[in-house]
Amino acid sequence: MFKFFYKIFFASNNIIPIVNSDLEYSELIVLGKEIQNKIKKLFRGSLAIRQIDAGSDNACEQELVALSNSFYDVERFGIHFVASPRHADMLLVTGPVTRNMAEALKKAYQATPTPKIVVALGDDAITGGIFKDSYAVVGAVDKVIPVNYQIPGDPPSPKVILCSLLDILNDFENK
Amino acid sequence: MFIFIKIIQILIIPVLSPLGIGLVRKIKAHFQNRKGASVFQPYRDLWKLFHKDEIISKDASWIFKIAPFIVFTVTLAVAVSIPIFSTVFSDFFVSDILYIVYLLSFGTFFLALAGLDSGSPFGGFGSSREMTLSALAEGGFIFSLLVLVLISKFTNLFAISGFIAASYGQFILPILLAFIGFFIVLLAETAHYPFDNPATHLELTMIHEAMILEYSGKRLALMEWASANKFLIFISLGANLFFPWGITGDGGFVSILVSLLIYLIKILFFYSVIAVVESSIAKFRFFRLPDLLVVAFILDIIAISLIK
Amino acid sequence: MIEFITSFNGFVLLFLLLIIGATGSLVFRKHDSWANYWNSFFSIISSLWGLIFSVFVFIGSRNLFFSFKNPFFSIFNISFSVDSLAAFFIFVISLIALFCSIYGIGYLKHFYKKYDIGFFGFFYNLFIVGMLLVVTASNGIFFLIAWEIMSVCSYFLVVYDHHDINNVKAGFLYLVMTHIGTSFIIIAFLLLYKFTGSFEYESIRSASLFIPVYIKNLVFLSAFIGFGIKAGVIPFHIWLPSAHPAAPSHVSGLMSGVMIKVGIYMMIRFFLYLLQPIPAWWGLVLLIIGSISAVLGVLYALTEHDIKRLLAYHSIENIGIILLGLGGSLTFLSLGYPNLSLLSLTAALFHTINHAIFKSLLFLSAGSVINQTHTRNMEKYGGLIKYMPQTAIFFLIGSMAISALPPFNGFFSEWLTFQSLFQGIALLDYTAKWIFVISAGALAFTGGLALACFVKAFGLTFLARPRSKEVFLAKESSFSLRFGMGALAILSLLFGIFSGYVSSIIKKIGQDLGLTYNNFSFSNISFHQDLSINNFSFVSGSKVFVLLLGIFVVVWVIIRYIINKNQKITRGDTWDCGTNLKPRMEITATGFARSIITIFKKVLKPSIQQEIEYHDVDSRYLTKSRKVILTVSDIPQDYFYDPFAKIIVIFSRYVANIQSGNINTYILYIFITLLGLLFFVK
Repeated sequence: MFKFFYKIFFASNNIIPIVNSDLEYSELIVLGKEIQNKIKKLFRGSLAIRQIDAGSDNACEQELVALSNSFYDVERFGIHFVASPRHADMLLVTGPVTRNMAEALKKAYQATPTPKIVVALGDDAITGGIFKDSYAVVGAVDKVIPVNYQIPGDPPSPKVILCSLLDILNDFENK
Repeated sequence: MFIFIKIIQILIIPVLSPLGIGLVRKIKAHFQNRKGASVFQPYRDLWKLFHKDEIISKDASWIFKIAPFIVFTVTLAVAVSIPIFSTVFSDFFVSDILYIVYLLSFGTFFLALAGLDSGSPFGGFGSSREMTLSALAEGGFIFSLLVLVLISKFTNLFAISGFIAASYGQFILPILLAFIGFFIVLLAETAHYPFDNPATHLELTMIHEAMILEYSGKRLALMEWASANKFLIFISLGANLFFPWGITGDGGFVSILVSLLIYLIKILFFYSVIAVVESSIAKFRFFRLPDLLVVAFILDIIAISLIK
Repeated sequence: MIEFITSFNGFVLLFLLLIIGATGSLVFRKHDSWANYWNSFFSIISSLWGLIFSVFVFIGSRNLFFSFKNPFFSIFNISFSVDSLAAFFIFVISLIALFCSIYGIGYLKHFYKKYDIGFFGFFYNLFIVGMLLVVTASNGIFFLIAWEIMSVCSYFLVVYDHHDINNVKAGFLYLVMTHIGTSFIIIAFLLLYKFTGSFEYESIRSASLFIPVYIKNLVFLSAFIGFGIKAGVIPFHIWLPSAHPAAPSHVSGLMSGVMIKVGIYMMIRFFLYLLQPIPAWWGLVLLIIGSISAVLGVLYALTEHDIKRLLAYHSIENIGIILLGLGGSLTFLSLGYPNLSLLSLTAALFHTINHAIFKSLLFLSAGSVINQTHTRNMEKYGGLIKYMPQTAIFFLIGSMAISALPPFNGFFSEWLTFQSLFQGIALLDYTAKWIFVISAGALAFTGGLALACFVKAFGLTFLARPRSKEVFLAKESSFSLRFGMGALAILSLLFGIFSGYVSSIIKKIGQDLGLTYNNFSFSNISFHQDLSINNFSFVSGSKVFVLLLGIFVVVWVIIRYIINKNQKITRGDTWDCGTNLKPRMEITATGFARSIITIFKKVLKPSIQQEIEYHDVDSRYLTKSRKVILTVSDIPQDYFYDPFAKIIVIFSRYVANIQSGNINTYILYIFITLLGLLFFVK
């Protein structure tokens, strides 16, 4: 037990700092109208993300899991993942929308209270990716629910995802 | 001066409780070698939730709408009646131990009903588990406070803290045993390890979170704030009834400041201990939890037999 | 005016009104609605008169005593005695009868054309007469006659709905159990007669010092068993969960709220009034049995999904709590602490009236729900709050009162009971102290478990989505039903807010029974505005209510109108993780309590049985249907009554051999008897 605590207290800090110059890592695509500044200000201090897997191959989910580890630590920016779309401000959708998940995705969108942001993560979600035109797939996410931002990549690396999220909030400061 | 003290007593628990939650999360983050959100993050979360819209289920009734207000009101009513830093309130409000216990049950009652109201299966079994644990924890709660009552021959909380501060030496063993029982009940009632994981996303492992899954906007903010309040209330009870040094009797400005400072140090210590406990042990299987609550009850009975 | 009201004429008027109501109801048998209005009118008027009468007896603080000596049998006088304890019980009976009768006006309309309303009115009014006679009787034999009237009339009321065979069986069980109880009471009275020479209460009281202790113990045991069967303490309770649900709902409210308290009244009369001084172990026995009743009652209530059986088991639990107060009172009195005895008795009596109010409120609301949905099974309810909103509020208030949540009345009487138990733990030694500790633990656990049970009862009945088609056809009940329920709900809140005044009035009863203050006292008990036991504890109903209401209003205004002015609320679907949510996916009554049943499995002994039907019997791979049967075993029934009944049946079979049907054997019996007589008479 005490060896355990000793290891914890004397482990080195290996967190990755994000500075303004990391803006270039962001690969954000704005779709349609950008979110109003008023709403961005509301979410700048605290953003609750609900992650929806609409039939993806888990590559993007692995990168998202890496966001919560001690290197990237998305929580220090006030962003956290929640368990229910009712608690969420942003829906982060991954994967091409399969036919079975189309209805569920729509219900999740309706269950999220306004103001809300929808982000499509990964090439599969943006265009259908390698599953494009398959019989089991409805299509890109914006065929099912209105999407505000897209983050391309197959899958995008955690640093790209993190910088893109901060770009959505226009919140780049030395953290 | 009196007004000033009254205002502080009324406001201190709702104002400090989100800070406490932030502190626990920060310490847990450091245990995981992360930096974590700032300690003021819960305030930002609450502010954002108050400014969001809400969606209420079509199946829910007025009980769902009114429950967050009632739960929050109950925590405020209890917050006013417990000894925090001064005893000037001892004749003013009702401050009896059974009153505190049953008033907190009032809040749990409406919370459980709100979980059932929307007809979601998660809320249903969350309510079932919460009522099971709450029913068993109530015995341990009343009995740990009963030990203090039997030592000090009062059931008024302010009087108890005054008496125990004066006569700690002869009763140290019963007080410590009762404190261990009280600590187990504290973890149960405030939904922390090993009873419940406050940060889980898996509905099958939720107890308290499951009942508030349907809430959004300002009602969610009230529910979260109320649960933070309840956490601070239990910690204040533990700090000020079992280790009651530093509570002033008079209203002088300096003594109030000193007692506030001592109070803040005590609760800081408690928050740290709970954060360490949360980071070190795993959540128990649900049917092992009643054993733990019965252990709390038995420790209290042993403490009763050790008095005199 | 006090003179007139509390005179003999005033007293007789009470019964006269009810008897007119009873006979008139029989006369109007052919016209259902006339019989209904006639008997309801007279029971309402006589209840109002009973309230006025009892209040004036109290104010006047005189003990009324009327006696008519019987010229033929000197042991059987008709004597009545109305002291403050009897006046209190007349008040309780009249209060509950008033609101149940108002409720009955609308409720009985469902029985028109199906059953005979005239007979209902007759037995209903006679039932109330029986209860009033029982609490005012002052002669043993007269008391037994009144007891019989009460039991037989309630039997007819229980089997009133006789098209359902279960009700008839329940009524039969009730009849058998109540007569077993009566036989124990007769034993008690006969023993007292043998040693004091009279059936009159006054004579027994003055002669009680001369009764030998072992006789007193026998009297205690038989009286406790006899009155315990009526009150429904475990292990004598088996009639209660079947009989109370079988009766029409306002009769259930009356039986559960008042009739079982009559058993408590007689226990107080016997143990605190007639048989003083008493040994200390009587009180301890009452405490232990009270604790067992309280905990087992609420555990069995958790296993039920028939709403009226659930409420019946809660009556058993609350009788356990009243016995905790009563047991504490007896113990303190025998050990020489009369002021603490007064405190415990006040707690017991306050809980009596509180339980009468909120239990009848709950039964009336349950009856209103059952009327609309035509089933007692909670698994078929759900979502009724949208169809019967006022009934829902009244049931909610009843649930909050019975779970002892401040500021309703249940909290204050449980608070008083707790205080008396705490005093006992602080003052007494050895065995008595640990029995008090166990009782306090039992009371703490029942508080929590009762809360869980009522979350289940209220939540599953009224909230979420409807689980069956009948719910969609439900409508709110008519005015008389709502008036009866609403008045009881308001009373429940008022008795909580003004608990101080009520307790000070009840304290007077104890003082009149002879439990006065001592000069040296551990604590000074005063109940003027608030409940306070000086130097120990203090709670105030009015302050609690004002505080809660005040904070609620402030929070509501600040959040609704200041912080949250511009936010919109939309109605959507329940979040179900994207599946199609059907009513079958909600939690059920069985599922809600299953965790607690599993935790207490040593006591409740749950069992699961499965019946599986396969498509292909040989391969047993694909199932066609699966039935799961969840049961809970009834410990008193399995371990106590069933073996006992078996022994009696075996014994009876042996005895039946005497009646062989052969006339020669009978002549042989006569011959042997004659020979025997010749031998002995010599």
